[in-house]
Amino acid sequence: MAILVDNKTRVVVQGITGYQGQAHSRAMMDFGTQVVAGTSPGKGGQEVNGVPVFESVADAISEKRANASCIFVPAPFCKDAALEAISAGIKIVVIITEHLPVHDAIHVVSVARAKGVTVIGPNCPGLASPGKAKVGILPNKIFKQGDVGVVSRSGTLTYEIVNAITEDGRGQSTCVGIGGDRVSGTGFTEILELFERDKQTKKIALVGEIGGTAEEEAAAYVKDSVKKPVVAYIAGRTAPPGKRMGHAGAIIARGRGTAESKIKALEAAGVRVAELPTDVPKLLGER
Amino acid sequence: MLSTPFLSVVIMKLPLETAWLVIWQRIYLTTRLGARKGGRQMKLFEYRAKAILMKHGIPVPEGFVVTSPDQIRRIGGPSMVKAQVLIGGRGKAGGIKPAGNVDEARKAVASIIGMNIRGCVAKEALIERMLDVAKELYLGVTIDRSRRCLLLMASPDGGMDIESVSEDRILMLPIDPLIGFQPFMSRKVVSFMGLPEEQSTELARTCERLVQLAIHEDAELVEINPLVVTKDGRLVAGDAKITIDSDALFRHPEFDKFEEELTSLEAKAKQLDIAFVQLDGNIGVIANGAGLTMATLDSINMFGGKAGVFLDLGGTDDPEKVKSAMVLMKEANQKVVLLNIFGGITKCDTVAKGVLEAIETEKITTPIVARIKGVNEDVARDMLKDAGMIPASGLSEAAELASKESLR
Repeated sequence: MAILVDNKTRVVVQGITGYQGQAHSRAMMDFGTQVVAGTSPGKGGQEVNGVPVFESVADAISEKRANASCIFVPAPFCKDAALEAISAGIKIVVIITEHLPVHDAIHVVSVARAKGVTVIGPNCPGLASPGKAKVGILPNKIFKQGDVGVVSRSGTLTYEIVNAITEDGRGQSTCVGIGGDRVSGTGFTEILELFERDKQTKKIALVGEIGGTAEEEAAAYVKDSVKKPVVAYIAGRTAPPGKRMGHAGAIIARGRGTAESKIKALEAAGVRVAELPTDVPKLLGER
Repeated sequence: MLSTPFLSVVIMKLPLETAWLVIWQRIYLTTRLGARKGGRQMKLFEYRAKAILMKHGIPVPEGFVVTSPDQIRRIGGPSMVKAQVLIGGRGKAGGIKPAGNVDEARKAVASIIGMNIRGCVAKEALIERMLDVAKELYLGVTIDRSRRCLLLMASPDGGMDIESVSEDRILMLPIDPLIGFQPFMSRKVVSFMGLPEEQSTELARTCERLVQLAIHEDAELVEINPLVVTKDGRLVAGDAKITIDSDALFRHPEFDKFEEELTSLEAKAKQLDIAFVQLDGNIGVIANGAGLTMATLDSINMFGGKAGVFLDLGGTDDPEKVKSAMVLMKEANQKVVLLNIFGGITKCDTVAKGVLEAIETEKITTPIVARIKGVNEDVARDMLKDAGMIPASGLSEAAELASKESLR
């Protein structure tokens, strides 16, 4: 089963001729993903890693039946790329690009919602269903097929926790990095909903961080609608208020978005919260 | 004329709508532009924010900016002299003073320039005509992260910190970008504010212009507080805060030339596109990715240590960047350095090489706890071990070792 991406996923990589596009389309194929096409305006007809490059997403769909997109194009052109994918009929758009202007993110996300398209990101590592497919930049070798659904706002911290779960002998159904920007296409609650319905997923690991109220909203959703056991880790317990900790979203402002408030909300919803990222597998084992 | 022509000139084109705009444009053109790029947001000084309001047709009090008392030749009437700092609470700190004539204005400016307001030193003062205040409102536009759209906020209780206004006195209006800001929304604001008929059209127009401003200028926050209703029935922005989304600077070259006030280390880090935050401990943390860096800080804390510097290399594990980070770390003078890199496709041995090069060329003697994960991690671990570093295989182990070393 797994969620969002599987054996039927056929990826078009937007911006495949750039350094990131080339390296990660290769890594995605090594993971077992069907990367069927790439796009790069002005470079149609070329090949990257044996994958044909097209002028447009519409061509990638008509020639290669692409049904998911992975976007690596630079921020100034990213809104156009995402809207092109949505307009061409792609149903899963994964935006790896970071530093997308927030007004562009709002525009893309609202169009996607209206069209019933799932946008993951921007500024995210993408998602992976071990043994099936990966759309994004998560390192291949940390994964193992299993029953834990991982959802995270972070990038490398996700790798840390996925790696810990794998080293503990468990594996993942799907791991989704939803991205750390202020406006994301998909939030915790949408992914929790999918994991709750997914047969392969038995347990859920949620990785949050300070800033915003996404974790509190996730806690409310878990309380009402999630029966599967959930374990969480929240980064930024020791972050000082008012200092932006790298991510656009990671800031404690006006007393809101603290780790304490998130941990409290999650625990009240029956979620076990790990004190160290490496404790997540242990807590998963106890549930 | 009300201007400060000796200051550097920045060319900006503004539509000439009103007489006051001419004055504002002069200020705009002849005054050093003021803004700070703090992290990924960029706050504008009040006078700069007001020039942008003006550009979008929202009235502001007439005024001008000076950097020293002798620049004042005349003031148009009773005025307020306001310190230009990017921090709240300047009124309480003595950063806003009334002035009835030129002498008083000069005196006020003399006391304000150089004033330290909660860590921010005022370099400029805005001299503005006093408003005949009948009522103070609040109007703001910000990003609603949960709803993933713009949010218009309005309150009849302006003039104070919006955080201290009770929630039933604030109207929050999410703006769906596919619907846009429509007259039915302004009608809601007008009725919520309880304004008389003669001001309702103007308020509706102000709301609409504020939303347009946020979109066109790529602002992530626009706040008019107070929005003054004058005794003669006009709506004027008494104060203004605008924060520009620095991710959108590529399409706003006019904001890109702003001077930054950063410590030399912060400025260096910014140039290298490295997130750098100074904290109060003695362990320097270098990691890649905000979440991982924060988790590293938290883990150190669990083992009794305290981080002194937070250095996020970002999504990359480029060895050149690692090298620059090591150099920054040396200057930040930490007792221990904890390097925690979780790489994707980059080879760990290349990263290790960057670290070793930095140690050699910069003669770094600080103990380094290194944990590098990714391709060729075993080779990297041996390289670092041979160079006298303390290798760690997991995050918790690394945090524990660094904490122990820092308490030694």
